[in-house]
Amino acid sequence: MPRVQFQNIVKQYGRLTVLADLNLTVENGEFLVLLGPSGCGKTTLLNLLAGLLDVTAGRILIDERDVTDLDPKDRGLAMVFQSYALYPTKTVRGNLKFGLASQRLSRAEVEKRIEWAARLLQIDKLYDRKPAQLSGGQRQRVAIGRALVKNVGVFLFDEPLSNLDAKLRTEMRLEIKKLHNQLKHTIVYVTHDQIEAMTMATRIAVMDAGVIQQVGSPDAIYEAPSNLFVARFIGSPAINVLDATLKVSGDAVVAVHPPTAITVDLSAYPFATRPADGATASIGLRPEHFSPGNGNGSRPAAVFELPVRYTEKTGSDATAFLAAGEQLISVRIEPARMKSVTPGDRLTMHFPADRLNVFDAQSGRRM
Amino acid sequence: MTATIARDEGGAAAALPFAYPRRKRRIKGSSIAILVFLSMCAAFMAIPLYVVIVTSFKTMQQITLGEIFSLPTTWTLEPWSKAWNGLCTGLECNGIKTGFFTSVKILFPSLFLSLGISSVTGYALALWNVRWAGSFMFILFMCAFVPFQIIMIPLIILVSGVGIYGTVWAIAVVHAILSMPLLTLIFRNFYKDIPRELMSAAMMDSGSFWRVYLEIILPMSGNIMVVVLILMITSVWNDYLIGLTFGGFGAQPMTLILANSVITSRGEIIYNVDMAAALLTAVPPLVVYFALGRFFVQGITAGAIKG
Repeated sequence: MPRVQFQNIVKQYGRLTVLADLNLTVENGEFLVLLGPSGCGKTTLLNLLAGLLDVTAGRILIDERDVTDLDPKDRGLAMVFQSYALYPTKTVRGNLKFGLASQRLSRAEVEKRIEWAARLLQIDKLYDRKPAQLSGGQRQRVAIGRALVKNVGVFLFDEPLSNLDAKLRTEMRLEIKKLHNQLKHTIVYVTHDQIEAMTMATRIAVMDAGVIQQVGSPDAIYEAPSNLFVARFIGSPAINVLDATLKVSGDAVVAVHPPTAITVDLSAYPFATRPADGATASIGLRPEHFSPGNGNGSRPAAVFELPVRYTEKTGSDATAFLAAGEQLISVRIEPARMKSVTPGDRLTMHFPADRLNVFDAQSGRRM
Repeated sequence: MTATIARDEGGAAAALPFAYPRRKRRIKGSSIAILVFLSMCAAFMAIPLYVVIVTSFKTMQQITLGEIFSLPTTWTLEPWSKAWNGLCTGLECNGIKTGFFTSVKILFPSLFLSLGISSVTGYALALWNVRWAGSFMFILFMCAFVPFQIIMIPLIILVSGVGIYGTVWAIAVVHAILSMPLLTLIFRNFYKDIPRELMSAAMMDSGSFWRVYLEIILPMSGNIMVVVLILMITSVWNDYLIGLTFGGFGAQPMTLILANSVITSRGEIIYNVDMAAALLTAVPPLVVYFALGRFFVQGITAGAIKG
């Protein structure tokens, strides 16, 4: 299975630069998710790889082969589109068959591949239906089938699940993951949905404004975001950010949140470079890392004793919003315990030292 | 208010909290004016048509009496059969049927060429990255404003240079060329509405210009084809000038035979036969229109409703 390399990719539309000097390598058999908000250039990047758009500068390599100037059909790729893009006048079989239009294959081989893909995706009973007679999930399967029959090493997905309802989306997510485990294709998958990214990816590339902000495993992206954008983009409810001033004396580093005088002890935080006294920092605190008591016995980095402003319950989860001056701090609470919490109560929450994220207030970079 | 309406509308409406009163149709001054105007317009077309139809069923004896609005005293089909079989143009009396078959022979190549050329051009301009596509469209559109009469003589020289002057193919080619600007625009606008991703998928699956056209795009263009077909059948069938100038003696369409026979008179003008011949010439586009009319309306609105 091939590996995909983007080398110094530049894409401009007239004077507008969408991608500037982008480098990225997708390893063999990897499930790479390009994650980012709308308009960050992730779909552009995918279309450049597919050959549906031309690069302004730079090179794209698939398996050490330069495909920058090749036609889409010659690149050895298969793509699944957001709107499925099934051919409306063709049957399911016709759609699958047209997926092989650019390959010269014997009739028996074509039949074999269609049979194999249809059985794998459980659409072999729908052969003679037209796309209009299929449900959303079935259309999605046919679209994936049309990509599978090509028997190529690299698969591109362009937000394939965003047109499905929530339940189907969860099912298809698992299905695509299963396919990847089974067939070990190299997959480049574009989405703006962080849950999709976290559940499916072996690696995530977070993009913003045409720049790759961080590439790493889902765990790494979640636990050690390399900047404030990534920290804020990943996680639901979103991470709490306290703008604080650092006080350094000897080995001890303490962050003070000026409006509320909340202090966070950063002495145990592994700083890349020691901060200067009086520097400003943004402290990231994930809602799910707060705990009501001192669970593991170690000294907490901070103790919050704040009034509850709002509460939110989603069944399996519950969030309380605490008022810290003007700011709201969201805190995850056990749903069982939430029953006794009403707005106006004061809650005491501990935050463990090993879960801290500290960013430079100016550059947004991890400190 | 609710109570009064409920009483008017009866028991069923009483259950509703509020019901709008049905608006009464009242005849107003403006609607009378519109009605009169439309009736006049209709009469303007209908009265001559009525005269043509009744005359074609009259005997010459009755026609010479001069009562053009009266119904035939004895209905006769003889003028119709004479128009079909024995109408005279110049020295020949073979009826209008030769013209009918020539027109059919002109129609099919004309339709094939014009629809083929303009739909492929429209497809290329709408869905492929054609260099200078914008300028090309502009020039094509400018051509639509050049009157045929201006380029007639150069075209004749061109066509006879190719060696097809005086055949149905000369007429078909000229029809295809002259209709190209408008038809290309119609096709281009229709194909522009095809989802971008569908075309991307086709590019990744096949990437072949002709294969994508024949297998994906053409099967999707049924509606627009019907619209253009009706447009072209009407204009090709009713055409006189192109047939006259490019047909020579070998390919004279029905309209030409009709005109010749009406113009060349030998003493008595045989009105009933002329009228029957005129009706025979006018009927085919009408038949097509009625047969395909249902699809025609669908085709016009096809771009509006995606499905």
